[in-house]
Amino acid sequence: MSDIASRGYAHPDKLVSTDWVAAHLDDPNVRIVESNEDPLLYASGHIPGAVQIDWVSDLNDPLRRDYLDAPRFEQLMSRVGIAPETLVVFYGDKNNWWACYALWVFQLFGHTNTRVMDGGRLKWEQEGRPLTREVPTYPPTVYKAQPRNDSVIRAFRDDVMRHINANKPLVDVRSPAEYTGEKLHMEGYPNEGALRGGHIPGAKNVPWGRAVNPHDGTFKTAEELRAIYEQEQGLKPDDDVIAYCRIGERSSHTWFVLSYLLGYPNVRNYDGSWTEWGNLVGVPIEK
Amino acid sequence: MSAVPPRLQAVLDDFALMPDRNARAEYLIEIADRFDAVRVPPEVAQRPYDERHRVPACESEAFVWALDNPDGTLTFRFDVLNPQGLSAMAMAVVLDETCSGAPLEQVASVPADIVFTLFGKEISMGKGQGLMGLVSMVQHAARQRLATG
Repeated sequence: MSDIASRGYAHPDKLVSTDWVAAHLDDPNVRIVESNEDPLLYASGHIPGAVQIDWVSDLNDPLRRDYLDAPRFEQLMSRVGIAPETLVVFYGDKNNWWACYALWVFQLFGHTNTRVMDGGRLKWEQEGRPLTREVPTYPPTVYKAQPRNDSVIRAFRDDVMRHINANKPLVDVRSPAEYTGEKLHMEGYPNEGALRGGHIPGAKNVPWGRAVNPHDGTFKTAEELRAIYEQEQGLKPDDDVIAYCRIGERSSHTWFVLSYLLGYPNVRNYDGSWTEWGNLVGVPIEK
Repeated sequence: MSAVPPRLQAVLDDFALMPDRNARAEYLIEIADRFDAVRVPPEVAQRPYDERHRVPACESEAFVWALDNPDGTLTFRFDVLNPQGLSAMAMAVVLDETCSGAPLEQVASVPADIVFTLFGKEISMGKGQGLMGLVSMVQHAARQRLATG
């Protein structure tokens, strides 16, 4: 039994190991995608054959605050050589935070043949595996995307308001200082992109990074994750859960953990997150 | 308002001429390679660092120290705990190489939005805020010294 298979996850197949990736570098049915928080990392060296997908320039609509639409997704897939049947393996820095975000956006378009490389860039580098600065090119694909489906794994502000009124669980995955609103009151420094500090009423604070082992970026075992989310915070597997952070990137990591590692069937990511809620007029806020 | 330090202005002028995003990234990676020269020495600070030196909103866990020079200027030293925090390292090197030893009035005038000249307008909001936090810490230290004489 592999290390990942022994950790008790609901969907262990959603993760692949660095060994697995190393063995599939030349697999034409696999596309390795790096997605980072730091914009310099890919250019400084990446897994051979990996393409970069940038959250800002590739996955967002250039004008509206929204994700790209189906025609743009099709163009992106064609550019990086991904076909509808391609197995896409995401990895990146910051314990795969942006990798999970990219995977979440892919899922909005129905591309679910995806994996996350456990441990991300950190583990790959720690193991002394090869990195290259050579940017690969692949033959363009023909990709017919489904229309983006925002109804299953994405939450909007009205959904959040209904959630509050129904006393359903919310998970705020930001740092404790963001959760309490303390960070907005630091004089002389850029604010956090919101006029008000605090959190959505009733939200539990579980910083996203608690789900990983800091020494190598791998995900904690299912038992360790249940201890955090269930024994400590009182979530239940059949709960209808909404996760949020500042712009939805860190909460996509928690969405991945709850959905695939613990197997919760009803988890949504509120990507409007605090930069929307903390600027909305008249909505309730707790400190 | 004073002008920014001339060495910083020269760097900003260089970046303004960068032909594209890839060229900018290559240049910033070269700059980040010099980070060891600006890392805080152990006689100044050792981990775990005093939280007062932590840069707010920086996901790469950057820290800043302002050390007094005999001529009244400041030398800036840094650490970036995330070994993959290349952007924070590059920003720290730029700030040291252009602001250490510069007149405090000029350092106090450095606007946080130089981040967008260096890293491009397409940088994510969170990353931009973290890097602006680094600039603000340096600027704030100069203002404090000016205020206290």
